[in-house]
Amino acid sequence: MELAIGIILGCCALGAGMAMIAGIGPGIGEGNAVAKACEAIGRQPESKGAVTTTMLMGCAVAETTGLYALVIAILLIFVAPNLLVDILVETIKAL
Amino acid sequence: MNTKSLRFKIVDAFYITMMILPIVFGIVLKVLTDPPTEGITITGAKIFFEIPMPLQNFLITESQVNSAIALIVIFFFCLFITHGISEKIELKRQHFAELIVEKVDNLVEENMGSYFSAYSPFIIAIMALSGVSSLLSLFGLFPPTSDINIVAGWAILVFILITYYKMKCGPLYYLKAFTEPVAFLAPLNVIGEIATPISMAFRHYGNVLSGSVISALLCSALGGLSASLLGWLPGFLADMPLLQVGIPAVLSIYLDVFSGLLQAFIFAMLTMLYIAGGFPAEEYEKRKARKRAKNKN
Repeated sequence: MELAIGIILGCCALGAGMAMIAGIGPGIGEGNAVAKACEAIGRQPESKGAVTTTMLMGCAVAETTGLYALVIAILLIFVAPNLLVDILVETIKAL
Repeated sequence: MNTKSLRFKIVDAFYITMMILPIVFGIVLKVLTDPPTEGITITGAKIFFEIPMPLQNFLITESQVNSAIALIVIFFFCLFITHGISEKIELKRQHFAELIVEKVDNLVEENMGSYFSAYSPFIIAIMALSGVSSLLSLFGLFPPTSDINIVAGWAILVFILITYYKMKCGPLYYLKAFTEPVAFLAPLNVIGEIATPISMAFRHYGNVLSGSVISALLCSALGGLSASLLGWLPGFLADMPLLQVGIPAVLSIYLDVFSGLLQAFIFAMLTMLYIAGGFPAEEYEKRKARKRAKNKN
């Protein structure tokens, strides 16, 4: 029983860590977006406002995939262990 | 300058009180219902009570109460800002009110075109509700936008609007749009259609939730750090988490203020872009012209 609960907790933590590998993608993407925005502002300083707004929009959209991973990681840390342990306890009782 | 009458001042004071009172009410409610805890607790919205319903119990949660607080605050702010408005500008607040209206009108005109110019009240309503809801975390309240149910409600509302404008040329035209560019891509198009509200809801909710989780984690980490670093101080100073003073506030500028307001702006912006993008303007004009020609004959 203790072993099973330990495995559940450990695997939830591992899964949460692995889910956050997805953070690499938005990091690189947003970095590229900001770099290009800096170039554009350097070339045309008068278009700073429009470039900044568009860049923030693009960053927010690019961030979405990272946020999916974050939501899954948060669910795995705070919600999944209780749920899975409850299921385990009920299954063992039923046996 | 001009002298305000006593009656005007009393009404003003009433509006300002009504702006502050809901927030005080929320804080009192939180203090009364929250048991004092050691360390960090990251939980969802508390459930105050349940109303029995035939299918499923209807839960009155902290997030619903707090979004009602945000609504009341915005309502009385609007009353305050438009109080004593006149053609000949007499009050400073009228400049501010006109600035907001002009900015939003320009934004909607720029992004949606003149056909949707009546949409600016809806857009500013979504923006204000989302922004004020996120900023409630500055008062220590639970921000309603970090509850998926609230944000998903807004996203579904926007999805209904998008679908309504896509159907402006009739349901057949709407269904035909799924088979483009090739017919066998229709399932993918359907998934893409459903992904719109889900991604909108998750984007807003994930950003606000991650902000509050990170600030809670950081606060507890600073408490531990100050206990181990400053434990040699004499007397009661050793027990006080001195590093927790001030440092979380600096991070809160990014995590609560900037992130919350940016997400409000982006939610409103995406609403505008999706609604305007889903509307087949050329086809609609063509059909309208054809109808008009038919009616003439």
